[in-house]
Amino acid sequence: MTKTITDVICPFCGTLCDDLIVTTDDEGKKVVAVDNACAIGAEKFIHSSDHAHRVTRPRKMQDDGTYKEISYNEAIEHTAQILAKAKKPLMYGWSSTSCEAQSVGHEIAELCGAVVDNTAAVCHGTTLIAVQNVGIPSCTLGEVKNRADRIIFWGCNPAHAHPRHMSRYSIFPRGYFTGKGHKQRKIIVVDPRCTDTSSLADIHLQVEQGYDYELLQALRAAVRGQPLAGDVIAGVPKEKVYEAADLLKSGRFGVIFFGMGVTQSLGKDHNIDAAICLTKDLNDYTKFSIVAMRGHYNVTGSGQVLGWQFGFPYSVDLSRGFARYNPGETGSVEILKRQEADAIFVLGSDPGAHFPMQCVKEISRLPSVAIDPHITPTTEICDVHVPVAFVGVEVGGNCYRMDNVPIEARKVVDPPEGMMTDQEFLSAVLKRVQELKSN
Amino acid sequence: MSEYIIKNGTVYDPKTGVKGEVKDICVKDGKIVEKVSSKAKSLDAKGKSVMAGAVEVHAHVAGPKVNEGRNYRPEDKLFSYKPGGKNTRMSGGFSIPTTFKTGYEYARMGYTTVMEAAMPPLYARHVHEEIKDTPIIDEGAFPVFGNNWFVFEYLKNNEMDNVMAYISWLLKTTRGYAIKIVNPGGSEAWGWGENCNTIHDPVPYFDITPAEIMKGLLTANEKMGLPHSIHVHTNNLGNPGNYETTLDTFKLSQGIKATNKFGREQVLHHTHVQFHSYGGDSWATFESKAKDVMDYVNANKNMTMDLGCVTLDETTTMTADGPFEHHLTTLNHLKWANVDVELETSSGIVPYVYDPNIKVCAIQWAIGLELALYAKDPMRVFVTTDHPNAGPFTRYPRIFKWLMSNASRQEMLKGFKNSDKVIAATDLASLDREITLYELAQMTRAGPAKSLGLESMYGGLAPGMEADVAVYDFDEGKVASPEDIEKAFSSAEYVIKSGTLVVDHGEIVSNGNKRTLWVDAKVPVNSQVERDVQMKFLKYYSVNLNNYEVSDHYVPNPYVIEVDTN
Repeated sequence: MTKTITDVICPFCGTLCDDLIVTTDDEGKKVVAVDNACAIGAEKFIHSSDHAHRVTRPRKMQDDGTYKEISYNEAIEHTAQILAKAKKPLMYGWSSTSCEAQSVGHEIAELCGAVVDNTAAVCHGTTLIAVQNVGIPSCTLGEVKNRADRIIFWGCNPAHAHPRHMSRYSIFPRGYFTGKGHKQRKIIVVDPRCTDTSSLADIHLQVEQGYDYELLQALRAAVRGQPLAGDVIAGVPKEKVYEAADLLKSGRFGVIFFGMGVTQSLGKDHNIDAAICLTKDLNDYTKFSIVAMRGHYNVTGSGQVLGWQFGFPYSVDLSRGFARYNPGETGSVEILKRQEADAIFVLGSDPGAHFPMQCVKEISRLPSVAIDPHITPTTEICDVHVPVAFVGVEVGGNCYRMDNVPIEARKVVDPPEGMMTDQEFLSAVLKRVQELKSN
Repeated sequence: MSEYIIKNGTVYDPKTGVKGEVKDICVKDGKIVEKVSSKAKSLDAKGKSVMAGAVEVHAHVAGPKVNEGRNYRPEDKLFSYKPGGKNTRMSGGFSIPTTFKTGYEYARMGYTTVMEAAMPPLYARHVHEEIKDTPIIDEGAFPVFGNNWFVFEYLKNNEMDNVMAYISWLLKTTRGYAIKIVNPGGSEAWGWGENCNTIHDPVPYFDITPAEIMKGLLTANEKMGLPHSIHVHTNNLGNPGNYETTLDTFKLSQGIKATNKFGREQVLHHTHVQFHSYGGDSWATFESKAKDVMDYVNANKNMTMDLGCVTLDETTTMTADGPFEHHLTTLNHLKWANVDVELETSSGIVPYVYDPNIKVCAIQWAIGLELALYAKDPMRVFVTTDHPNAGPFTRYPRIFKWLMSNASRQEMLKGFKNSDKVIAATDLASLDREITLYELAQMTRAGPAKSLGLESMYGGLAPGMEADVAVYDFDEGKVASPEDIEKAFSSAEYVIKSGTLVVDHGEIVSNGNKRTLWVDAKVPVNSQVERDVQMKFLKYYSVNLNNYEVSDHYVPNPYVIEVDTN
């Protein structure tokens, strides 16, 4: 008899679907089927079950570039030593692990005077800065489902990046005041490209690449009924801007979802400032909210735990014995570029694939360790790779959805025998660091 | 566990009626005892004041909006950071300190129990994660009920059994302590950008009034006999002339007697009354109505209240009263954060600078103090700042100074830029009452503990009670300057929490053994409510029912108060 586990949380994207049904084999060891998940989420469960193709013990890179298997104890010693010896280690990642593990990691960071940073550094960090500038009127995704009749996707493509977002929360669901579902909603998509998301739009504003700020400010003016100069604004005909503004104002409850298309394109946090101010302005006419389409399933949680423990959401520099935050100076990319870090610790992220080449080279130069269930470009350039159990598949833990709602991930199957979890590994490193620091 | 004897201190303990007598206090196995063995460690308290650990009845110290406040105000950390020490983690923040600092600072002031004032049920796990990371102090959290769709529907249909079954379920699911009501109906109306400004404005669509919501929840609370009464922040907060709404709210409880086994006598606790005691019809005619409000409170023994004193600092306002925060951002144009929570509540955050040079701020400051000075029964009027809304909790010692020293108040009044206008709009200049240390112990210890239904555990020094004791380097008879008051209460000489010495000469020496209090109210099985809960989660929530409950490991050291309402 196969076993069925319901209400499983998907540890893939910030949508954090919690309605998966996972079927395992008779012994509850191997995942055989995943229902309700998107293709990416399902694959995460299925491939984790393929133990034959997983690294199950820590590996150390040899001088010739090959790997030698080492024990977890050796990996713990290596990690503790490089962190304890370093003056300013960089502890980066944290977005694909549980809040419990993050919390232990922060204690290590505090002892070692590390810089703690999460993937917001190259993603929604600009959003966090904008929120610090102008605030953020927001709501939970259930509010969107129950009330929203105006949905804007700006610089994001949920059809591919957050595949179940539209069906669970934003476009299609029938909620309390939205009994007609999609029919009751008007959709605006702002994207220079035609995408699978824009194909669902009532209005597709094909903004010229890099002109989001201009279009946002034009919309703010149009919402207030002010005249717009020029016939074409940011690549969009003026009439279309007015049309979009009227559509926004005429709704009863609207929401703007935005992604990396605005956060990391020209203008960065200023784009988000403008988007938030547009949302704020619209509250003079109707009800409006704005929600960031966070990527990793628990990048939001990393910001939360950092927030209550240190008071800042990312790029937190503890090297002076107290927490400092100055993105642009204390961010991972900047620190690596200035060659300021003297050891690298990566957990639950893949900077090797996403950081500028200069930073990747710096990672490969320094004493390093990467903690990740997968083999990734990062693990290939680090001195030691520590494989761990998959959070949300092989071990539970708390995660925060893109709207900051906490949901506790579930354990579905056991990890391969003898494998440690993030939290177990970090706790062992913490213990060892405490010993080293007390001498 | 170790034994302690606190020797020769001047004891102030309303629970046992000790008013400044020199006595020894003995501690053993986490409790106050009559006597200890000769092995007990002796703490010298000669010439010092000894009180029970203080009890905070209302503060926003953990949860989604507190943390949003931290994260969106990096400026709040400026000049406030302290490195970690032997027993402490690094800690910082002024109006919204990190969880570690929250624990340390409360303990240093002699506070040992703190109630988080507003927990959105959907975010309960977050609240408990933060509480878990707040050292030393015992904490509980109040889930918000005043804008909950289940409550609306059951009350509208007059289904009291279902209301009670739902309350019981939600308290258990969220590991919550009491029924919190914030801007009843108004926060739901905010879902459409609207508000309920009086207690008789109907809630859009749900067709129920704030008065009906509060009265219904009050009735349910008493039928269930919960430890605390309903904990209300009524409609129309912060607006000139709102004292009438406040009095209308108070009157909902008129004549109703408390039913419970916890020694609680009130049926309604109204929080941060300062924000609800305004006269006038505009900011120009803004004035204090503290006397009118306190006349009612003094005459009606079945209610308690806390002050919400303005401390004239730069702070961060945060409340589940979403429409109010939007109103505030239109007034001060500072950054506005808002979160509407499906089926449950809304909430908002706006930084605020209470500038003594601004007339309205100075009047607000005066009102907070007037409320305390008009209070005839200090057992029913508690000191708070509605942290961080009217000021950070770390300013309590300053409020004690103002309450205990008329000279310090008059000096403040004279120093305001709009001194004449402030004096004209308030009564403070003519109030020369000085709160005694015994009264202060009532307002910060025995009173709030009793109001919370915890009088047998906290807020007193009777044998058998929790050994939460604070010793201050303060002699009521020898106060040279009002500043001595603030200084002494800012940093306790010794603080013992559940029998462990946690503060020694102002330094944190132990992280104690903190607990989380929650209420398990047992009701008869109610299959209709079970079905309604399932249906609402299936159709309207964005999380599954089975992922909603806070698991036990987020509440690692619980203290469960069981109430049998069968």
